[in-house]
Amino acid sequence: MTTTLAPATGLRPRTATATESARARWGRRFQHGGWFVTPFFVLYGLFVVVPVVRGLYLSLTDANISGDHTRFIGLDNYREAFRDHLVWNSLWHSVQFTLYVVPCIVVVALLMALIAHHITHLKWLWRLCFFAPFLLPSAVVGNLWWWLFQPTNGMVNHVLGIDTPWLTQKSTAMIAVVVATLWWTVGFSFLLYLAALQNIPHHLYEAAELDGANALQRVLHITVPNLRTITGLVLALQVLASLQVFDQAVVMYQFGPGPEESTRTFVQYTLEQGFTSYRVGYASAISFILFLIIAAVALGRMWLLRLREEDAR
Amino acid sequence: MTTAAPTTADPTPVPRKARSTWTPGQIALTAVAAALSLVWMAPLGWALSTSLKTPTESVTSPHWIPQHLTAASWKSVIEAGNIPNWFVNSLVVSVCVTFVVLLVASLAGYGFARTEFRGKSALMALTMAGLMFSPAILGVPLFATVQSLGMVDTYWGMILPQCAPAAMVYILYKFFQSLPRELEEAAFIDGAGRWRIFFTIVLPLSKPSLSAVGIFTFIASWNNFLWPYMVTNNPDLMTMPNGIATVQNSFGIIWPQLMAGGLIAGLPLIVVFVFFQSQIVRGVAHTGLAGQ
Repeated sequence: MTTTLAPATGLRPRTATATESARARWGRRFQHGGWFVTPFFVLYGLFVVVPVVRGLYLSLTDANISGDHTRFIGLDNYREAFRDHLVWNSLWHSVQFTLYVVPCIVVVALLMALIAHHITHLKWLWRLCFFAPFLLPSAVVGNLWWWLFQPTNGMVNHVLGIDTPWLTQKSTAMIAVVVATLWWTVGFSFLLYLAALQNIPHHLYEAAELDGANALQRVLHITVPNLRTITGLVLALQVLASLQVFDQAVVMYQFGPGPEESTRTFVQYTLEQGFTSYRVGYASAISFILFLIIAAVALGRMWLLRLREEDAR
Repeated sequence: MTTAAPTTADPTPVPRKARSTWTPGQIALTAVAAALSLVWMAPLGWALSTSLKTPTESVTSPHWIPQHLTAASWKSVIEAGNIPNWFVNSLVVSVCVTFVVLLVASLAGYGFARTEFRGKSALMALTMAGLMFSPAILGVPLFATVQSLGMVDTYWGMILPQCAPAAMVYILYKFFQSLPRELEEAAFIDGAGRWRIFFTIVLPLSKPSLSAVGIFTFIASWNNFLWPYMVTNNPDLMTMPNGIATVQNSFGIIWPQLMAGGLIAGLPLIVVFVFFQSQIVRGVAHTGLAGQ
């Protein structure tokens, strides 16, 4: 990590060796900067590095919760996971959830940000309304939507004038989780878009207006292209977060797997194996399968970004 | 910038004065915003309405305005349950986590951005790798580790594992890199040491980023459900989110009480947001979270 130092104009170093530049003095002075990162790495080592290493080891054993009689069993856990239909089933639910929720979030967040950016009256009120749900704890969101989706006395059926048993039939159970999640988490992406909109240079719009572009054309030809980077970030963050969905789904279905096991997510299955069936080794192994999927998504994104940079050059 | 003066509430100057009046475009936009806000606030409105009904009224045919307006559920939730206790636990945990994260992440971000030491690039790579490990993935081995440290069912066990967020280090690292070096250099030539430069020059310049990081850490910690759920069994140590989730399981469901409890758990952050929203938006724009 070399960073070029701006030449210290007019400030001659007051050291004995005339050849020693300000930069070298600066560098020497800032050796042992390791102390700055030490507190972080103590915590990081204990609560990230150690668990990762330990988890990798545990995944190769038949460890239970007490840690007694742990045997090294090689890749048996991973082999078992490939044959375990509940692994595939819960993985599919997490993927299904991601496929439903991410596009909805991107579209709604962008729409909200465009409104909140271009409106001139009561800006603070719209921001508050769109962002407020994000401030609620997931358990509250789960309970709230569990109530809203109640078949006979819930708000959703009341407002829509229908009679759907959202929470108890397989076909709508996941949709209920998606609706709750969209409502809850869209505020964060909304905020990212809002900040990005504020960073678009204003002269671009003025130039377009002089050229006779109308409001829609300005949005399509200036706003949308300038938001490409942030959309990439929102997509990546949402996909990675959605694959790890847990809280709202378990609270809405009272820590159970949902109707006909239709909402059990991957993280939920991991924790069931670890804390309910006490199979710590097996739980660690399936956790690492999720990690590999997440790492693949993250690395895939980096690769795409690099391709795009090369294209731009 | 105050929330009370909406026409001046945007940091980017609006050049055309005409836009602050009611043009047809603004009327249409406001109508769309109002409709969307109504939809977005309806669930909270329904929760509030339910919490003010009697338990029997809450399960009769749905209606928005309570017939017998009563604060009994709020009262019984506050007086009878563990909620005040959970509230204090949440506050202790979130404040401690936010304080520790701000301290260690700003030190580490600065260390990576501005100092040299052996193994820096390796440690940087290790931190970046950590961006991919979330508590959801690490849950089981993290619990095993915390268990062997003897921290299960303690405040330490709830607080410390939340205090090593690689993402926050990365955000602050990016921000410190963007600060002009000349400021620090001038102080250095005047004889200030690196710690003094950090605390008296760098940190005060970083207020927008630090407040964004602090606010997001606080929100995440206050709302953290999974980790406190795993690490505590003792109801006296539970935080608000877990407490609320167990209420649903342990009592027969009394909807007005459930909704009142939920609103009590959710309101503090909403109040905080009302006061700090401009800093939050500015902070996000400044930290480069918005990735321009």
